[in-house]
Amino acid sequence: MMTTTTAIRVQSFTASFDGQPAVKSLDLEILPHERLAIIGPARSGKTTFLRSLNRLNDLSLGFTHSGKILRNGKDIYDADVDVTELRRKVGMVYATPVPLPWSIYDNLAYGLRLAGIRDRAILGERMEAALKYAFLWNEVKDRLRDPANVLSGGQQQRLCIARVLALEPEVLILDEPCSGLDPISTAKIEDALVALKEEHSIVLVTNNTKQAARASDRTAFFLLGALIEVGPTEQMFTRPAQKKTNDYLTGQFG
Amino acid sequence: MSPVTTQRIAVGFMWLLTAITFAVLVFILAFVLVHGLPHVTWTFLTQSPTSMGREGGIFPMILGTFLVAGLAVLVAAPIGVATAVYLSEYTREGRLTSVIRFGADCLAGVPSIIFGLFGFVFFAIALRMGLSVLSGSLTLALMVLPTIIRTSEEAIRAVPNSYREVSLGLGGTRWQTVFYVVLRSALPGISTGIVLSLGRSISETAAVMLTAGSALRLPKSLFDSSRTLALHFYLLSREGISMPNAYATASVLIIVILALNLLAYALMRRFAVKVGH
Repeated sequence: MMTTTTAIRVQSFTASFDGQPAVKSLDLEILPHERLAIIGPARSGKTTFLRSLNRLNDLSLGFTHSGKILRNGKDIYDADVDVTELRRKVGMVYATPVPLPWSIYDNLAYGLRLAGIRDRAILGERMEAALKYAFLWNEVKDRLRDPANVLSGGQQQRLCIARVLALEPEVLILDEPCSGLDPISTAKIEDALVALKEEHSIVLVTNNTKQAARASDRTAFFLLGALIEVGPTEQMFTRPAQKKTNDYLTGQFG
Repeated sequence: MSPVTTQRIAVGFMWLLTAITFAVLVFILAFVLVHGLPHVTWTFLTQSPTSMGREGGIFPMILGTFLVAGLAVLVAAPIGVATAVYLSEYTREGRLTSVIRFGADCLAGVPSIIFGLFGFVFFAIALRMGLSVLSGSLTLALMVLPTIIRTSEEAIRAVPNSYREVSLGLGGTRWQTVFYVVLRSALPGISTGIVLSLGRSISETAAVMLTAGSALRLPKSLFDSSRTLALHFYLLSREGISMPNAYATASVLIIVILALNLLAYALMRRFAVKVGH
């Protein structure tokens, strides 16, 4: 038996902005080596939940929370938690690709340098591994010194994934990573997620239920800040336990 | 009138106004340079003036200008940029930020002669610095501070918030994010403000007259009085000492400022190319 059977355990977690709850008493487990998709209509709290996992909500004025998010048995909101370390281990990819206005190399090296890694050989190794993971190595290996914003949108998003992977995170959280991408780029990112779950837990927020069906092992359905149902993806899409889930998946609202 | 004709007239009118603006600039520059350049010789640039500037050169003024203006910007830039960072990155909008911003705006609107008077009373007399390079540069630093604060703040605010989130998300602390991402991206805007301030310091006359004084000799320390180019020009023409030398001094002043602006553009372009916009 493994010492921990969950990567992250969320216990009656509520996240509010100016007293208005965006996520309400949520209980959810994120398992090792799984791809968990989170689906739900707008304002269902998906993104707030995701940004709670790496404490990015801390930046928002008026953010308060209750409940716990346990990583390795420790609440990530405890006062003695090193937030920078947490954000390295729970790596986030945003809805629109945001390469920093530097070279591809500097984008990949940035997080590593922040972590205190300066050795060029180690930087090179970690970058190569991350780029291969993100299926981008062959496309950029000869032009790492080029500015990152000359890449196509899909390549930029894979660069953003690689940039996070270079830090060797335990959990990868993606906020609608394919929302602005064409189907081919989307397929490449979904392929990357299959390979990535060997080493990482993946939480994928998506507005595209077909993507959830294709690219996840379990699916959670959020509605108005509450978790309605979570289960194996196949079961969720064929015989969901809740009527609301079925209504959403069949397009009757949302 | 048909829309096409209206359009043509509008475009023609705007073109004319642009041409007028440009013509005024060219006319002033040409007027000064035509009168002044023939008198700008190597000896003029490297010699000290004799008989109040009627003869000799302007070397002490060139040195004095660079000392006073350079030191002013050296003092004002770190304070200004730090204030801008504090205002835009480290505080929530509130009473304090609006008070600071209002103060900076008021300061920007104060006539330079008032700064000169203040500098004279405060630095030269109260702090016993006398009429000196130091008094002059500190006075100019106060004068250009609002410009540096506001241009830096604009440049910092123009950095997309997503950059900050990415940097924080990759495990950066707030300071690392400000230093490596925000300031780096805002650098072209910030340096524009600094170069503008340098230009303003170099061309300032009233404030330096009251604080740096008008000594003709070469300043040997920061506590010596020194006459700047702009003041030298003013005194040469106002006192009717030597119009040819006045125009020659003005030509040098103009060329220095033009060179500075070109340098700033070159720097910004180089930065932009490197960044790849």
